[in-house]
Amino acid sequence: MEPHIQVRNLSVWYEGGHLALREVTLDIPRRQITVIIGPSGCGKTTLLKSLNRFLELSDGTRLSGQVLIDGEDIYAPGVDVTEIRKKVGLLAQRPFPLPMSIYENVAYGLRIHRLKKGRELERAVRHYLEVAGLWEEVKDRLHQPASRLSIGQQQRLCLARGLAVEPEILLGDEVTSALDPISAQHIEKRLLELKQDYTIVLVTHILRQAKRLADYVVFMYMGEVIEAGPAAEVFVNPRQERTRAYLEGQF
Amino acid sequence: MKKHWHWRHLEETLARGLMLLSFAVVAVSLALILGTVMARGLPSLDWAMLTQSPKGGYYLGKEGGILNAILGSLYLAGGGTLLAFLFSLPLSLYLQTYVRRSSWGHFVRLGLDVLWGIPSIVYGAFGFMVMLAIGLRASLLGGVLVLALLEMPIMTRAMDEVLQMMPEELEQASLALGATRFETALRVVSRQMLPGILTAVLLAFGRGIGDAASVLFTAGYTDRLPTSLLRPAASLPLAVFFQLGTPYPEVQQRAYAAALILTVLVLIISLGSRWLAGRLGQFVVK
Repeated sequence: MEPHIQVRNLSVWYEGGHLALREVTLDIPRRQITVIIGPSGCGKTTLLKSLNRFLELSDGTRLSGQVLIDGEDIYAPGVDVTEIRKKVGLLAQRPFPLPMSIYENVAYGLRIHRLKKGRELERAVRHYLEVAGLWEEVKDRLHQPASRLSIGQQQRLCLARGLAVEPEILLGDEVTSALDPISAQHIEKRLLELKQDYTIVLVTHILRQAKRLADYVVFMYMGEVIEAGPAAEVFVNPRQERTRAYLEGQF
Repeated sequence: MKKHWHWRHLEETLARGLMLLSFAVVAVSLALILGTVMARGLPSLDWAMLTQSPKGGYYLGKEGGILNAILGSLYLAGGGTLLAFLFSLPLSLYLQTYVRRSSWGHFVRLGLDVLWGIPSIVYGAFGFMVMLAIGLRASLLGGVLVLALLEMPIMTRAMDEVLQMMPEELEQASLALGATRFETALRVVSRQMLPGILTAVLLAFGRGIGDAASVLFTAGYTDRLPTSLLRPAASLPLAVFFQLGTPYPEVQQRAYAAALILTVLVLIISLGSRWLAGRLGQFVVK
């Protein structure tokens, strides 16, 4: 099967010329969970943020190479960045609900992309809250401020909100690191369900979480991809010495 | 060990006592001011004061009211605030979006802080000078312009502080969903910032409506109701000033009634906008 995302010779420089990614080439499989691991500062988050063109939000970032999604370069001139971000959803490290009600948080994306309205909108909001596993907890207070939810609930709301714009790819940047263990488990469970329909790319520094979730693993070190492959191979029998050292906890 | 604990305990009691004392000083002054204004103003406050303009001999104790000053103050401060808002919002957005913490940004903020500190009589004198130069007489328009000048640094800096509290992640949350920057500004940033911006506007309005010195030369004073931008306009602070300056006790008492009206006016506006900010603020993300 053709990979969903193809990264080709991608290099990224931050302001001041610091090289964050060096000639990264990588294939990310469709409808699987790909987990990017590596010590802090190795470029995991930079790689993730290159996939929804979030790098350009910081001043002075430069980039060369290509990121192809379904074979199309998302950095090609004339590409509509809002279309890319609609297709590639992002779940952030810390949940940030929009300053509106629970209902409106999910409806927001549907409204700006004019996907649904009226009764259909209501049904869609309910559907995505159900998928994120939040519906039962909020169905009686849909019109209350989202900021009143617990942080674990907020993260699931952010998941529902992200799914509502009908993405194909879901990026996650250490999505459980701000959460308590129970909420973290909730989110992990959702992600495992969602991989049937979505290509999921996660960054984590928790090795055990990577082992629980990953179908495909990418190990990065100092801005380079050292090794990438099916989880069963990389975790059990890494080909590279540095991967083995990292997995054994030597970093 | 025990002695040590004793010292800390004493320290704590002392600190708490000092803070309570500070609070008491503020609370008692406030109560005294309100009490004085009410005690002296209430007896001479009547319907006529609110609904009539001064008749002949009002300042000698004859009939009439200060509707001219009430309306004048509302027009002056309202106009000044509106005008200041038109400049403050873009300016604070400029500070936040484009210059941020650069040295130019620091310079602009320093300039605004200096302007904030300038006594209002200086604004009045400056305004008067400019008006002389362009041939504008003391008028509602002149007063509005000078009040806008007076209010702008306050409003801009207050908005600037509010905008600096905007969490970057919030903007990113919206962008990540494929929203444009304009949609994000319109539907997310503005919602988050609205209560703070309202507070900034109110702060400036409060300074504007209570100021006497800046409108003394620029708006002048008149017994007529304000009907034209190019005619002089009365104001409540000056109404208080002129009436207190007469030798007649009953007129002086009316000055307190005017002060009471001004206080209540500010109170209504401040409570009203607090209520509004609270309603708008319940969705704000902390």
